Amino acid sequence: MHEYSIVSSLIDRAEAEAKKVGATSIANLTVRIGDQSGVDARLLSIAWETFRERTLCAGARLDIERVPAVWKCPRCGAAPAPGGPLRCFPCNQPARLVAGDELVLAHLELEVPDHV
Amino acid sequence: MCEDCGCGDPKLVPVDVHARILASNDHQAQHNRDHFVEAGVLAINLMGSPGSGKTALLEATARVSRGLKLCAVSGDLATDNDARRLNLAGIPSEAITTGNACHLDADMVHASLHHLKWRESDVFIIENVGNLVCPAVYDLGQAFNVVALAVTEGEDKPLKYPTMFRGADLVVLTKLDLVPHLDFSLPALEDALGRVMPEPKLLKVSAKSGEGIEAWVSWLRERQPARLAGHGHGHEHGHSHPHGHGRHHA
Repeated sequence: MHEYSIVSSLIDRAEAEAKKVGATSIANLTVRIGDQSGVDARLLSIAWETFRERTLCAGARLDIERVPAVWKCPRCGAAPAPGGPLRCFPCNQPARLVAGDELVLAHLELEVPDHV
Repeated sequence: MCEDCGCGDPKLVPVDVHARILASNDHQAQHNRDHFVEAGVLAINLMGSPGSGKTALLEATARVSRGLKLCAVSGDLATDNDARRLNLAGIPSEAITTGNACHLDADMVHASLHHLKWRESDVFIIENVGNLVCPAVYDLGQAFNVVALAVTEGEDKPLKYPTMFRGADLVVLTKLDLVPHLDFSLPALEDALGRVMPEPKLLKVSAKSGEGIEAWVSWLRERQPARLAGHGHGHEHGHSHPHGHGRHHA
């Protein structure tokens, strides 16, 4: 259940970004989680609910964008059959993962006091 | 408008970050990697299920490694049993007890570099916490990922834990001596590996009989980096050079 330490790193990073601009709280975080990242989106949400308390993320919404795995032949660009061997047989090449291993904090919405 | 001081409503500021969530771990892992490369030490992240035979593989390695100096850290939630076994086998080792953490991270490995004479070794083995899920997510600074898989675990393990096997540079199939007692199918395992690893590489070993251990030692020798001039044996991780520690240096 490494999702707890992932969330801990996520909150650390978001708070660091918030402090840079003097934000008093974080309204929204958007993360991109690849199907091949080794992180489970549901467990990440559970860990998030536990860890965000008493942080700048206490009132924040977490949006999780899941990224499907995409394998391609590095020579011809063809995708191997889903569930089949990760090879391009016509080109005799191992396939390459071109998307789906993301574990990324994409976007934040920060609440910054509007001093007047 | 805030009624207390008239400071106004906060404004929403969008920020595009697009950074790896584990950037802090990645940074520390790269720092570890720089140390290993500069010292000419081959660092291996050895992963696998609890009971897959990781420690026994290393004990058997020590018996035939002739001139190849090993050093290891061994991660478990509790006990230093594995590190004690490795020390008895002649591999200078230290336990990393993680408490409740299901994996090692780059900080934990870095802390252990202060205590061990790892620079005197040729191969530094990081025996990760027994687990086919979480260790796959954390870079430790290793040069290669090796997954130990026992013949008793079932040929479809790679299909069940694809992320672990996708990132493996080598799968070491252990406990080969038990095959006569099992309905184990090597073609079925090779088929499963081919569906999760683009370039599956498999070595078959038995720590008990010694079968395949020489081939595993050769695999390690072939990947040993050249030592850079001015570095190498007898030089400890002394920290005379400035560099950050911990998670929060960016």
